[in-house]
Amino acid sequence: MSTPAIELKNITKTFGSITANKNICLTVNSGEILSLLGENGSGKTTLMNMLSGIYYPDAGQIFIDGKEAVIKSPKDAFDYKIGMIHQHFKLVDIFTAAENIVLGLKEDGKYNIKDVEKKVSEISARYGFDINPSKKIYEMSVSEKQTVEIIKVLYKGADILILDEPTAVLTPQETQKLFAVLRKMKEDGKAIVIITHKLHEVLDISDRVSVLRKGEYIGTLNTAETNEAELTEMMVGKKVSLDINRTEPENCEDRLTVQGLTCLNSDGVKVLDDISFTARSGEILGIAGIAGSGQKELLEAIAGLQKYDSGSIVYNDPKTGSAVNLKSKTPYQIKELGVRLSFVPEDRLGMGLVGNMDITDNMMLRSYRKGRGVFLKRSAPRELAKNIVKDLEVVTPGISTPVRRLSGGNVQKVLVGREISLSPTVLMTAYAVRGLDINSSYLIYNLLNSQKQKGVAVIFVGEDLDVLLELCDRILVLSSGTVSGIVDAKAATKEELGRLMTKNSKGGADNEQ
Amino acid sequence: MLFTIAQFIKAAIIQGIPLLFGATGEIITEKSGNLNLGIPGIMYVGGISGIIGGYLYEHGNDNPVPILCILISLACSLMGSALMSLIYAFLTQTLKANQNVTGLALTTFGIGLGNFFGGSLLKFFGETGSISLLSTGLAYKKALPFADKLGLFGDTFLSFGFLAYLAIIIAIVSSLFLSRTRAGLNLRAIGENPATADAAGINITKYKYLSTIAGGMIAGLGGLYFVMDYTAGAWTNNGFGDRGWLAIAIVIFALWKPKSAIWSSFIFGGLYIICVYIPGLSSSAKEIIKMLPYLVTILVLIFISAKKKKEHQPPASLGLSYFREDR
Repeated sequence: MSTPAIELKNITKTFGSITANKNICLTVNSGEILSLLGENGSGKTTLMNMLSGIYYPDAGQIFIDGKEAVIKSPKDAFDYKIGMIHQHFKLVDIFTAAENIVLGLKEDGKYNIKDVEKKVSEISARYGFDINPSKKIYEMSVSEKQTVEIIKVLYKGADILILDEPTAVLTPQETQKLFAVLRKMKEDGKAIVIITHKLHEVLDISDRVSVLRKGEYIGTLNTAETNEAELTEMMVGKKVSLDINRTEPENCEDRLTVQGLTCLNSDGVKVLDDISFTARSGEILGIAGIAGSGQKELLEAIAGLQKYDSGSIVYNDPKTGSAVNLKSKTPYQIKELGVRLSFVPEDRLGMGLVGNMDITDNMMLRSYRKGRGVFLKRSAPRELAKNIVKDLEVVTPGISTPVRRLSGGNVQKVLVGREISLSPTVLMTAYAVRGLDINSSYLIYNLLNSQKQKGVAVIFVGEDLDVLLELCDRILVLSSGTVSGIVDAKAATKEELGRLMTKNSKGGADNEQ
Repeated sequence: MLFTIAQFIKAAIIQGIPLLFGATGEIITEKSGNLNLGIPGIMYVGGISGIIGGYLYEHGNDNPVPILCILISLACSLMGSALMSLIYAFLTQTLKANQNVTGLALTTFGIGLGNFFGGSLLKFFGETGSISLLSTGLAYKKALPFADKLGLFGDTFLSFGFLAYLAIIIAIVSSLFLSRTRAGLNLRAIGENPATADAAGINITKYKYLSTIAGGMIAGLGGLYFVMDYTAGAWTNNGFGDRGWLAIAIVIFALWKPKSAIWSSFIFGGLYIICVYIPGLSSSAKEIIKMLPYLVTILVLIFISAKKKKEHQPPASLGLSYFREDR
């Protein structure tokens, strides 16, 4: 083999105390497609961002065509003919495709958009893109926008293309079209890296596959010589014991019954598709899945924040024994119905707490309707704030410190503390330990366990499979908005979860354009 | 009747010119995403700086040369408004101050500055009376040489000083700049989506500074036109009135297009003085009619908001500070 187009040697990148990439070595050759496979948070995107100039590695070397390269900015990356297509498109909505493509370029000669459009059409014809260069971005479908992004890097003359989860937003037909284009680019001698966690796509498109896990390089295989099972095992790894206490569920009754829940997003794509499950009291129900499989929408639908198109969510009141339908109720109406629902959202300082307000004021977000007349009652929330700081060992200068000044773990303690103080019957948490250190994480696990013992139905959306397996009683696996399985956490294995998470390959087959 | 209409058109154009300068300047600024509400103040400063420059030259000379009168006051005016917009750019861009607050503060400051020097400039030189720059005023008011040979047409459309034509030329050039040049494309991208522009390697700080300063200098010329041509070199405190706000209203009315700002300015100029041409109006009725331009602006805002046509919306990141994301 000749000199590889890209060679990464011992690349390490840390963010604060978190190591996102550790001693990673990787090669990509011209005229081949390499899949970079890994779970969420395994460091795939971080690694590629170092090639595209967004991050700079803390240690290690990058070689482009055999020569050591220093890439400090996206501009440096262009100079090395590296182009990255990000998951979130960077396009100006009211500009045409051609205007977006030529934006920021310092080409010689007079600026004439007609010439640009002609050149864009030439590139389209060469690789088989289907695009109208004078169409405005806001009139385009997601797949057309992605095409514009790809042409943008080709127009700049990129020889190395990096695509970050390019199929996440595409229908299977669009995916096949994209793959056809990628194969043509490969024949043209381009080096292509495609970041993905969809196994069948890896097997379909790539020549070789490199696997990352938790920031570490696991290995590289020839796609032709491997299979899904082997790749899954490399991706999820061996089970790690965490010693989380798990008590047997007691006095389980059905608390929350979700039936056939279906929910479309603004593009008309099904983000939740016929979801059915039951959350039981005295039990922790885990929800696993690749990021963006519908976890957020599911929790928000239950909390009354997300409208859904069909299906039902029924709450069984433990006091009266009656069933309450939560369909098209606002969070306030849900509370008025006597449903004690607590929600610890993923976006702590966006949806959960107000960063600029202090701990007491944040407690009042749940009790601001209490008090006489126009005046608020502040004494009870202040007491609550004091208790939370004491019981959950929140590190803060005082209860009148704005919560945005607290560290991530302490913010989470304040939020969980407030939600638990309402003595809920259903407690939903989304990524409750994300970004928390070990001690804070265990504190949260213990809190959830004690809620479970009190007979609360706990729903725990998580990303770390080891935690899900040790903390939860049952695990529901979401895949592309559908339930791909509900397993017993005591009997399930990581491989099984990994397979279920990546099982559903239909992407968004029901949402043809 | 024809004569009255011609008089009205002429008056509308004269009223419209300062508005056109202000509106073009504000459009150039807003295209970069900077909502400079300091424009009314900057126009005051553009006027008073021109007056100061003109005064210093004219009163030191017994026989002022017309071309020097113009050049000196013009340079002073441009410097004054450039400095004001530099303050705005520095505060909002480098220090990331809130754009609305900064702009409103600059307007208050600019009006105060104008009135302060307008009221006390003569006292500094031990004179009394009010500022009146006869030579400079005359130089600015000089009409095209053939205007008086063309009868009513010449009087209606060609009898203005050179700044009036400059206003129209600047508006047209700005329009071409925004639609036909790379720099214009880059500037519009910054106002729409700075993160995308940043990723495309465009120097956002440079563009925002330059467009804000250039826009302020253009707007300042509106103030200069008012004091030199409209009032012929005389300053009266608060004489410029609320024309700066009208200019900002025109930006909306013209849907952020400099070319449309030309006719919009003349319509607004006409609405501003139409009460004088309607006979038999009581003074309160006149005030109500003077309100028309603002009413029209509100209607336009309602209309474009309801229609939601993407091209008619303000630049998407107007008024927002841009922070580069570093996750």
